Amino acid sequence: MASVVTRVKQKQIAQLIDKEKRVDGRKPNEYREIKVEQGIIERAEGSARVRLGKTEIVVGVKVEMGEPFSDTPNEGVLTVNAELVPLASPSFEAGPPDETSIELARIVDRGIRESKAIDTGKLCIEPGKKVFVVFVDIYVLNHDGNLIDASALAAMAALLNAKMSNYEVEEGEVKIKSGYMQLPIKQHPITITCAKIGDKLILDPCLEEEQVMDARLSMAIDDDEDICAIQKGCAGYFTPEQVIEFSKTAKEKAKQIRKELDW
Amino acid sequence: MSEKPEKLIDKKGIRLDGRKSDELRPIKLEVGVIPNADGSAYVEHGKNKILAGVYGPREVHPKHLALQDRTVLKCRYHMAPFSVQERKSPAPSRREIELSKVIRESLEPSIFMEYYPRTMIDVFIEILQADGGTRCASITAASLALADAGIPMRDLVVACAAGKADDTIVLDLMDEEDKQGKADVPVALMPNLNAITLLQMDGKLTHEEFENAVNLAIDGCKKIYSMQKEALKAKYINVKEEAEE
Repeated sequence: MASVVTRVKQKQIAQLIDKEKRVDGRKPNEYREIKVEQGIIERAEGSARVRLGKTEIVVGVKVEMGEPFSDTPNEGVLTVNAELVPLASPSFEAGPPDETSIELARIVDRGIRESKAIDTGKLCIEPGKKVFVVFVDIYVLNHDGNLIDASALAAMAALLNAKMSNYEVEEGEVKIKSGYMQLPIKQHPITITCAKIGDKLILDPCLEEEQVMDARLSMAIDDDEDICAIQKGCAGYFTPEQVIEFSKTAKEKAKQIRKELDW
Repeated sequence: MSEKPEKLIDKKGIRLDGRKSDELRPIKLEVGVIPNADGSAYVEHGKNKILAGVYGPREVHPKHLALQDRTVLKCRYHMAPFSVQERKSPAPSRREIELSKVIRESLEPSIFMEYYPRTMIDVFIEILQADGGTRCASITAASLALADAGIPMRDLVVACAAGKADDTIVLDLMDEEDKQGKADVPVALMPNLNAITLLQMDGKLTHEEFENAVNLAIDGCKKIYSMQKEALKAKYINVKEEAEE
């Protein structure tokens, strides 16, 4: 990404962090305010808007019938896609998904999949033939840093809000009945991201901080406080001690956010 | 397709391929295998067979990507259609695009990027056969290829995975353990700088298990690191002998 932040700003941000301060006045481990609204798109089977400070994400969930994968004939299918829509940031461009949006979608996908958040066994209609396919589409509407955590939260909020059709199988024919049932959810993974600037770790980096960070690390924490997905990003490094330190911070922070959201 | 084994580890703690929990698969490293490339390496890691080739520093293409103060590192991780059980389409999948990105980001901290402004370094990785842990073996190979190309580096990057098979934390997952195991933690390391340059995980681990897995993977990296250095020496000692004749 073309750096808008000058080297002066970079130095200023790093010096602030050395004094345990941040550009927007937060403490190193403090998140921006999280606002979650569910059911904002009526046409979608599930939807949510999450605001993390000025970062804004909308996720729509569509549930359709389709075929299962041959290696998991008794399980529904999860598909996650992310769009960095050009209106959200001067650095986003229209076109097919680039590596940033593919990585974002795959991190969110991994958090949901590996924590077994969706009870995919209950999405099976006819083993090997028909299952429910859950499409999670992440729409970034304003980019002010930490798209990963905001998208993961929005995806989970939308899934919690999602419904699927009632159906019955008559003589091998699947019939849709009126009414809906709740999409079966077993876990509520929460993804926590830190940025490494200089030798310090800060949580929930804003855009300015992301532009000067050396590296980032994201961990998805499930309801049992276990780790279910990790992704390191950017061309920097972490020491093993920093990784272990962050795994503990992430666990505490996930617990706190889980409590705030009542998940 | 083979049937799913019930257990990945037997009562004596021996894995399906006869290894102990902290044992690596057999590894073969070779440097300078592609005459046309500026640097290249071939890795066999278990049944993984991987080629890495480096071109550059060379002119940037397309030109607008050039940076005024540093080189641009590009990386392409690609699986051959015949490298897996069911034929893989040769078009790059989302997985390959993500892996290309994380592999690039694992190599970049090792390179003195500012030495070659307005240039580009291309790293091409081809998976000829996959057997679990291809991203790690790719990083090991690519770093050797960069060194072979004579690009100034802070350290070699070496990668190895640890994970959880049944209820045991094990080193260097092979295909079955990767698919049926409970977690996979690939780690890339610059051993001399104690720097982790790639870290991913999927599965489910407690914090204690995670810490053990990371430490086990780091031990594995250090073992492969000494093989990497031997492989580099092997090529250049041979060159010297030829010159003397």
